[in-house]
Amino acid sequence: MANTNGLIHPLWVRITHWLNALAVIVLAMSGWRIYDASPFLGFSIPAYLTLGGWLGGAIQWHFAAMWLLTVNGLVYLAANVISRRLFDKFFPLSLSGLFGDLSAALKGKLSHADLNQYNTVQRTAYLFVMLDSVLLVLSGLVLWKSVQFPLLREWLGGYEAARRVHFFGMAGLVAFAGIHLIMVALVPRTLLAMIRGR
Amino acid sequence: MIKKPKQLLVPNSEALVNEALKDLGQRIEQPMRRAFLQRALSLGGLSLLSGCAVVDEESVESALLKVSRFNDKAQAWLFDPNRLAPTYPESMITRPFPFNAYYGEDEIREVDEASYRLEVTGLVADKQAWTLAELRTMPQETQVTRHICVEGWSAIGKWGGVRFASFLRRIGADTTAKYVGFKCADDYYTSIDMPTALHPQTLLTLTYDDQPLPPRYGFPMKLRMPTKLGYKNPKHIQAIFVTNTYPGGYWEDQGYNWFGGS
Ligand code: HEM
Repeated sequence: MANTNGLIHPLWVRITHWLNALAVIVLAMSGWRIYDASPFLGFSIPAYLTLGGWLGGAIQWHFAAMWLLTVNGLVYLAANVISRRLFDKFFPLSLSGLFGDLSAALKGKLSHADLNQYNTVQRTAYLFVMLDSVLLVLSGLVLWKSVQFPLLREWLGGYEAARRVHFFGMAGLVAFAGIHLIMVALVPRTLLAMIRGR
Repeated sequence: MIKKPKQLLVPNSEALVNEALKDLGQRIEQPMRRAFLQRALSLGGLSLLSGCAVVDEESVESALLKVSRFNDKAQAWLFDPNRLAPTYPESMITRPFPFNAYYGEDEIREVDEASYRLEVTGLVADKQAWTLAELRTMPQETQVTRHICVEGWSAIGKWGGVRFASFLRRIGADTTAKYVGFKCADDYYTSIDMPTALHPQTLLTLTYDDQPLPPRYGFPMKLRMPTKLGYKNPKHIQAIFVTNTYPGGYWEDQGYNWFGGS
């Protein structure tokens, strides 16, 4: 957390964050079009929310953005671990801290005075979305190449189960993104910091 | 195999495009390819995000195709010629097994067994055409495997026939060639890589569920590869050719990934 250069978010965090946001938007919208080709949950996603125009186009987008998400995500996680930023910024986590911060947030009393520190709700949400993204990549690998990743496939319960895991993993990520955007809208200074670094 | 792509643009983007064309006062007849690009990409999604169509469609399309070619290479690299797709007990067979093609069930082709000959051309030593009876004299195998469709659904079926690697060796195919191509009685066509052609679970199938392949599943023969998506598994095969020239495929030429592995 030591901030010798006065930056709230180092440049690599900002770059990987925005590349990730781009990858997630493309993956979600093209993924919804792919889902619509065989909507196993009994509902379809409205076509105007989807990307690609038809199944083949959506797959092209999806299988291009998956590389961006994976490579960019690995760079982000590696830099976070090597710099120890992961441990400084997102830990410690505690249940009492989570509930305390959550109730403070709901009462509108959660302080955002110091953008350098994530409160426990933020820490939990960000760690959740990191793990959820890993799950999405792993289940995506099973859907893409189920024969070539037998261990992963069996671990996720087979091809059809991996489809469900992938879909609900997406739903979790989209839910995070929705709340994330509301929080950013409520505290717009954080957006400036994620763009300019301070 | 999969259904026809729906010819739809995102509704409001179509309206926008039409309006823009009118404004220009020049309703140009779009050649097929342009029409296809629009359908393929439908920047509707993107223009919704950015509020305007800032991205040049053709450059986006060619970039996406480059990634698709890269994905072919990645899949060829991941493909392990000795790794087998899972097999299942017969109790798990999906009944009825779904029908899927680029046309509807009312257009299923009927191939006449008596006059049928399988043509074999390209880089092979023996170009003699085959009758079904001759194919049935070769050693037969069965498999109960999962068919995975590009649309996302999957179904388990039981196929039987000749191991494709044995067939290729029997006709003296050049197994160092890059591609094996297929032409079908329903005007479908596709092609596969040689390592997949030689995979032990790649079968030139003549039966489905222990009965002669019915027309709906591709009589007289279907190439079954549990290591590839459904659209790579041609039905009603009439001609097989071995080549080093990229042959493409019905869906592949429209934008589906060529390797199509699973
Ligand atoms: C375009 C939409 C997005 C905007 C405007 C946005 C904005 C922001 C802002 C302002 C922050 C700093 C928040 C703070 O100081 O508490 C942030 C952090 C973060 N965002 Fe987003 N975000 C977007 C999309 C996403 C998406 C789609 C994901 C993941 C799926 C994501 C994951 C994260 C994570 C993990 C952090 C913490 C990063 C770190 O400190 O290492 N964001 N975002």
